[in-house]
Amino acid sequence: MTTASIKETTNIGVSKPRVDVREKVTGAAIFTDDIQFGAGLLYARVKRSPYPHAIIKRIDTSKAKALPGVKVVVTGEDFPHRTGLYLKDRYIFARDRVRFVGEPVAGVAAISEEIAQKATDLIEVEYEVLPGVHDPVYGASPEAPLLHPDLGNYEVPNFIFPVPNTNISNHFKVRKGDVDAAWSQCAAIVEHTFRVPHVQHVPIEPHVAIAQVDGEGNITLWASSQSPFAQRNLIAKSLNMPESKIRVIAPLIGGGFGSKAGITMEAIPVAIAMKAKGHPVKFRLTREEEFFTNFVRQGLVAKIKVGCDKDGRLLAIQNEMYWDGGGYTDYGVNITRAGGYSGSGPFDCPNVKVDSMCVYTNHPVGGAYRGFGMSEVHTGIVQAMHMLSEKIGMDFAEFLKLNVVQEGDKILTGMTMHKTGIKECIDKVTQAVNWGIKEPPSAPNKRRGKGLAVMWKAPAMPPNAGSSALVKLNEDASVTVLIGGQEIGQGSFTAMAQIAAESLGVPFESVKVKGPIDTQYSPYEWQTVASRLTWSMGNAVRNAALDARKKIIDMVAEAWGEKPEDLDIKDGYVISYKTEESISLKDIVVYGIPKPDYSGWVGGPIVGSGNFMPTYVTGLDKETGQGERAVVHYTTGAQAVDLEVDLDTGQITILKAASAFDVGKAINPDLVKSQIEGGFVQGMSSAIFEEMKLVNGVMQNPSFVDYRIATTADIPKVIEAYIVEAPQDDGPWGARGVGEHPMVPTIACLANAIYDATGVRVSNPPLSAEKIYLALLDAGVVK
Amino acid sequence: MSFHRIILTVNGSTEQVDVPGNMTLLQMLREKLALTGTKNGCAAGECGACTVLMNGEPVNSCMVLAAECDGAEIVTVEGLAQDGQLDIVQQTIIDEGGVQCGFCTPGMLISARALLNRNPSPTEAEIREALVGNLCRCTGYARIISAVKAAAEATQ
Ligand code: FES
Ligand code: FES
Repeated sequence: MTTASIKETTNIGVSKPRVDVREKVTGAAIFTDDIQFGAGLLYARVKRSPYPHAIIKRIDTSKAKALPGVKVVVTGEDFPHRTGLYLKDRYIFARDRVRFVGEPVAGVAAISEEIAQKATDLIEVEYEVLPGVHDPVYGASPEAPLLHPDLGNYEVPNFIFPVPNTNISNHFKVRKGDVDAAWSQCAAIVEHTFRVPHVQHVPIEPHVAIAQVDGEGNITLWASSQSPFAQRNLIAKSLNMPESKIRVIAPLIGGGFGSKAGITMEAIPVAIAMKAKGHPVKFRLTREEEFFTNFVRQGLVAKIKVGCDKDGRLLAIQNEMYWDGGGYTDYGVNITRAGGYSGSGPFDCPNVKVDSMCVYTNHPVGGAYRGFGMSEVHTGIVQAMHMLSEKIGMDFAEFLKLNVVQEGDKILTGMTMHKTGIKECIDKVTQAVNWGIKEPPSAPNKRRGKGLAVMWKAPAMPPNAGSSALVKLNEDASVTVLIGGQEIGQGSFTAMAQIAAESLGVPFESVKVKGPIDTQYSPYEWQTVASRLTWSMGNAVRNAALDARKKIIDMVAEAWGEKPEDLDIKDGYVISYKTEESISLKDIVVYGIPKPDYSGWVGGPIVGSGNFMPTYVTGLDKETGQGERAVVHYTTGAQAVDLEVDLDTGQITILKAASAFDVGKAINPDLVKSQIEGGFVQGMSSAIFEEMKLVNGVMQNPSFVDYRIATTADIPKVIEAYIVEAPQDDGPWGARGVGEHPMVPTIACLANAIYDATGVRVSNPPLSAEKIYLALLDAGVVK
Repeated sequence: MSFHRIILTVNGSTEQVDVPGNMTLLQMLREKLALTGTKNGCAAGECGACTVLMNGEPVNSCMVLAAECDGAEIVTVEGLAQDGQLDIVQQTIIDEGGVQCGFCTPGMLISARALLNRNPSPTEAEIREALVGNLCRCTGYARIISAVKAAAEATQ
């Protein structure tokens, strides 16, 4: 479908109310831990490694097994198959070696959580501690101990490039033009190393999963999950069994932000339940475990060099990135890839060299986190551009508008950029903060400054990640939309209801989209990640609704002896433009329509089906990163802030934050704005407060008291969100995704503003009051 | 393990429950009374997802022992709406778009209701202060704050 097919609409571009909201305000909404399993429920706990790197010499589970109330104890011996989303480098429970603090070594199920915990304490594990790797730059060097000697033998898709006999599990390269030759042409050059610490997703709902295995060995898993289908596939792989024996049910989820994608703790209750047939086995992470035993956002060290000519035109970008992947990088390898193919930032530049390396370390395991590497990449590259603009003596907004990527540009991988509204985004946010006008601070001990940042991000996924949908009509003319994509708070169910209503020609209120997602009944969806649902699943739902529409129209056309072209569906009625007849969808969509003179019937229960899969994504050359089309599309945007820095404390107060993103088409503008606002605050929180403090692989601050996230006390006085719409050629009504993007530019935006206010650059998050104050002291701004 | 028999009022109905000595109010509500609207986000008194009204005051139910609730009057999120009619703050949080994943929402609503009960026309600073112990990772709070303001205005 193309944007040319847009006609007058009452459901698209309209802020319809959320379809899931009433149950969420009354407490009726069912999340995974709310499901009641009754007697027979067992509780799982896990024995975890206290060491970042060690050989397991001996495990003795006899005391745990002897504890009354304990039903099952399992170890890595029981599960010999490796799993992993991209690189298959992990076991469910460690076998012979542990590689991060918190790695599961054994699992227990007992009749209560307390007994299960007591039993894990009784498990004896003897370790031989090995030297660890706690820095990715060191980890990539030949001196570092090898963490995965078998790396060369791991199963991996052809777009991930491990370097055997090193700790580099993916080395993604871009070579465009010739950066080395370009430096001598540059009038200004900036070189800087940026460090982004590990942070945690912190969904308010901790991970929870319940597994049950029946007498035939069929597995059912209830999980707080962004990825029921991917999890079914990964569990099948790790247990060496067919997908058809596994059913994953995913109710509403209390925030995921990527942490509930791929697979982490969900395999554990499954493994245990296999040895306790019939019993449901519940495993929930404590808040402390939530902080470091599950996916984290990887740390990054980025060595960046950028240069421009005397007019401010970019001539060369070099970005050497060392990702702190952690003990396993099954998901991290693709974050590294995404960081690599977008590693120039949204800039048009003739010479680009990127090396993006995923490095094994003895840190917690990296996984997807809202932005999938892009916050980390933009922290460095956008600050470097700010520094360069200053060096060449140009206003940053002008510098950006001169250099941002535009339709028709060949981006760093050789792909031709599609239509994008990034310049309009810059205009919107600079206007919002009175860019270019120096405004006075509110008190003599404060400095006021403005910051600006731009961003881009493409969905990072396998080239052929697919979506499917079914649209089913009911006797009362209500419509049920079946999908496999999840409602994680972003409003996907509401957007899908709008798309189905519009495509079919029925009122929005008559469309039902409800969870749980159930791999046994819901159509396939790769994962709810990458800001891909509105675009990909949206296309599938539209296709399914159009299929249902065609079936209805053909049925009525046959019954009425008319041509389908003369019929339409509006407001739940089939109407004929020719005869001006109309008939309600009620009953006919299930029972069909009698032929004249009772000579039989036409029709039957109506179900429409549709799917969508991008078929045009090409591979990228291993040595140059060049290829026809690396990704499906880029969503771009800009952010600006107006803030004050308190010279006495280093504390910042954001007076105004403005964000603009090119979403192609906002199916539901209010939900888009909600994503933009919430994303800004999450980005701000990660920029100012958040850091997993790791000392020799041990997290020092695994609680809400010691790992602070933004509260009502911290948010800006004014948060503004702007929507820009340069349509996507293959998106439903031109839509593309925006779920992750709002937090991507925030760290750089705030760092640039602090510099503008004080003349001091604090480049590495968290931009805490303490760090800012010390930097001001260091620079002599305060005494 | 010692069991206690307690009698208390939950959302207006009298309940008699036998609870182990170490069971929290949060566990009792969720596991004994099937009131799963109240959420567990940390079990450590740090996130506010488990907030309920106890004798009119907002408390983190994960930090209260069930055995201490003998004779208490508890209101959970399930008790906010009366006869299918939403509490005004439930309505305004819908209208303002202050709900995303919805996991913090029950605790937020209870804290907001407690604030409005003791202070029917709070300032923005008072609203921020009253909700500071309720963490939300999705919304960025602004729409939740507006919802409480709107609820206060609507009841003036
Ligand atoms: S669950 Fe009680 S405060 Fe977090
Ligand atoms: S709406 Fe998700 S935590 Fe508040």
